[in-house]
Amino acid sequence: MQLILEKRPQASSLMYFSSPLLAIFFTVILGGLIFAAMGQPPLRALYLYFIDPITNLWSIEEVLVKATPLILIGVGLAVTFRANVWNIGAEGQLTAGALMGSIIPILFTSWQSPLALFCMLVMGMIGGALLAAIPALLKVRFGVNEILTSLMLVYVVHLLLDWLVRGPWKDPFGYNFPKSIGFDDWHLLPTFGDGRVHLGLVIAIIIAFILYWVMTRTIKGFEVRVIGAAPRAGAFAGFSQAKMVWFCFLLSGGLAGLAGIVEVAGTIGQLQPNISPNYGFTAIIVAFLGRLNPVGVIFAGLLLAVSYIGGEGVQIELGMSDKTTQVFQGMLLFFILMCDTLIHYRLRFLKGNGGQL
Amino acid sequence: MSNPTTAKKPNFESVLKPLLEVKSLTKKFGDFVANASIDLVLEAGNIHALLGENGAGKSTLVKMIYGALQPTAGQIVWQGQTVTIENPAAARDLGIGMVFQHFSLFEALTVTENISLALPPHLRTQDLEERIANLSEDYGLPLNPRALVVDLSVGERQRIEIVRCLLQEPRLLIMDEPTAVLTPQEAQALFTTLRRLADEGCAVLYISHRLEEVKQLCHDATILRLGKVVAQLDPQQETPGTLAQHMVGSSVHAVSRQENNQAGDTLLQLTNLYQRADTPFGVDLVDLNLEVRSGEIVAIAGVAGNGQGELFSALSGEVTNRDAAAISIQGQTCGHTGINGRRQLQAAFVPEERNGHSAIGNFSLTENILLSRHAVADDQPPLHQGWVGIKRAELTKVNTKVASQYDVRSASIDAEAGSLSGGNLQKFVVGRELDRQPKVLIINQPTWGVDAGAAALIRQALIDLSRQGSAILVISQDLDEIFELADRVAVISRGQLSSSYQASAISREEIGLLMSQEKSAPNLEAIAQGSS
Repeated sequence: MQLILEKRPQASSLMYFSSPLLAIFFTVILGGLIFAAMGQPPLRALYLYFIDPITNLWSIEEVLVKATPLILIGVGLAVTFRANVWNIGAEGQLTAGALMGSIIPILFTSWQSPLALFCMLVMGMIGGALLAAIPALLKVRFGVNEILTSLMLVYVVHLLLDWLVRGPWKDPFGYNFPKSIGFDDWHLLPTFGDGRVHLGLVIAIIIAFILYWVMTRTIKGFEVRVIGAAPRAGAFAGFSQAKMVWFCFLLSGGLAGLAGIVEVAGTIGQLQPNISPNYGFTAIIVAFLGRLNPVGVIFAGLLLAVSYIGGEGVQIELGMSDKTTQVFQGMLLFFILMCDTLIHYRLRFLKGNGGQL
Repeated sequence: MSNPTTAKKPNFESVLKPLLEVKSLTKKFGDFVANASIDLVLEAGNIHALLGENGAGKSTLVKMIYGALQPTAGQIVWQGQTVTIENPAAARDLGIGMVFQHFSLFEALTVTENISLALPPHLRTQDLEERIANLSEDYGLPLNPRALVVDLSVGERQRIEIVRCLLQEPRLLIMDEPTAVLTPQEAQALFTTLRRLADEGCAVLYISHRLEEVKQLCHDATILRLGKVVAQLDPQQETPGTLAQHMVGSSVHAVSRQENNQAGDTLLQLTNLYQRADTPFGVDLVDLNLEVRSGEIVAIAGVAGNGQGELFSALSGEVTNRDAAAISIQGQTCGHTGINGRRQLQAAFVPEERNGHSAIGNFSLTENILLSRHAVADDQPPLHQGWVGIKRAELTKVNTKVASQYDVRSASIDAEAGSLSGGNLQKFVVGRELDRQPKVLIINQPTWGVDAGAAALIRQALIDLSRQGSAILVISQDLDEIFELADRVAVISRGQLSSSYQASAISREEIGLLMSQEKSAPNLEAIAQGSS
């Protein structure tokens, strides 16, 4: 008995949509086995991880808060990956956006107007886009692999943030903690009711639907899909590969930057050395789980947000490591990529003594 | 020159038994019967033709023999023993080699690396590069073992596949439409190779729908139609006409062309066109001059890999030229202009490769119409306006019109392009451009890998367009096609273009001489001037 992968004559649209569900299924199974191996009751642990976060209001709110940056970054990456451009550095662009947007609340504290908040958001986008412009420039001018450059810049900008909050931007009355001053109310995103859910979620969902519309209805979306599917056909259609690299990096970088300033001005309220539990990397999983479709990304973002809260849950309730979240997210990406193989291939068992005569 | 890889052991067992017998082989895909109870006998030393239209089941049959597909029912008998060929590796172990119509090569690797990857370990020796060079020279298949595949023409890629098969000393060589990409001279060289292999005791299963060459080359022929064997005969006793009747079940429509006597205005002009190749193994275009006038078809003949691809890119504007005056369309200089700017000058372009160049396989047909027509000026009403307005209803109308006018057959009217057969997709791609009634048409290999019926339709459409006053430039490696279509012929060789000749006044032999002509080394100074 031998198991082989056989190419399908045509890509399976059934598998295209069921692959993420299959991946979630496998993740739950393997996750249960891992919990059991660690001596935890698997069903209870899985319940705490996946179900408990959506059973009460405060944790649902927390899921929405965490989903906000994931969706913002994920939709940009979905478009970018669709065009076969690989921006892996959204985490850095998020940080760059947070830094750039925080110039106003930290250095121009006295500018108190609704316009200030708007300018912060715009500057956040510019910050992310500026950092993303570096790999784009290197790719277009010198053919440098954008995966490496965009990833490496993450660590550069992290160190810049670290230096700023321990140095020039440190709160002078902050007992020497590495933190900036707390933002003024004018520089914080409005929240809904007394909760923690802020305007950023609405912005994220609106942007997701706009990008969905761009991808399916406009010539720009057509261009993205053509260049991603067949670069030579893109040249034949008169679309420029170089301009597409710029477009994708500026778009995804700008949205990651927006996520950064939204996170700082909506959830945290100040700058500190850690502003993101790897949202920029997790958003890569979000983009793939959402089938590189901006509306799909909304749902995928919610799911991955649950995985953050669930990770905190098992940490508190069962005393498990905070690395649990990363393990689950890693498994999920692994299984998605595995199941995506089945879109173009099918599994087949060969009988008998395969190949021998 | 001594060449160990071509030495053959004498073939005693095959004197008694046929090399390969296929007995009532059947293959079903769901309800669709691709092969219905096929019988076939191949003798060592024979060249056996497998004939049939696109979709007749030829590929399915040979894929089963090569182990790429498993039969639903029936037997394969190899040298008297019933065998199950699980996969291509098993077929190769038996001594069955195959050269596919679509090559499976890694573009980023060299010729030697590609061949090495496909060989079993014991053949991956240090001197592989030298053996490839020797073998390719010995069999008249010139190849640079160090060239990167990405830079090679289709014809050269085919040679890689043939050499790869020959290195494994096959007992049976399957060739799927090998001459679809070759000139008569290249084809003749290939025939010499195949005859020599047959003389050495190798059997050849030769798939084709070019009837002249089957008659010239093959000892036996099996003809398939709609998955069934309709005739097994001796091609020497037949005419191409009778073979065609067996293939299509009726007689084939011949292309009609009236002589063109009026010389119209010049619509496409190349003036001292220089273009440096943008890849290391590409061909530089050197000082090309040509004019194509209203109402005429000019063909550019040439052996694969002499700059045809580069010429198409330069003319289409996929690669722009530094010298604006080098190219003019309808009297407007457009060397600097990109492909859509040239389309707005009422030019249209059809590249050689269908999959991933002129069409995208997993896009619908209407989306493929948008591909080349989203920025043209002459569509009324336009198919696309502003950056939002994709006019889906108009696209559907155009698609329906192209499908009916050019006989594009697909499962549904807006099927995915990749689900169409090669002939139907080419009819679609050509029809998409001709539907615009372009004043200038540049088309590369208009009927590559296309069945006889589709080829005739496409050629007739080109002639009709030219007789309505358009200027057409055909780049082709198929001399039959060139003589069927062209009013004038020029030959491209090593990136240089000959003067043009009246098609009625030049012979195949003269074209062949121009193709192989050594010219003086390219004037590099002039290239530098042209591109600075």
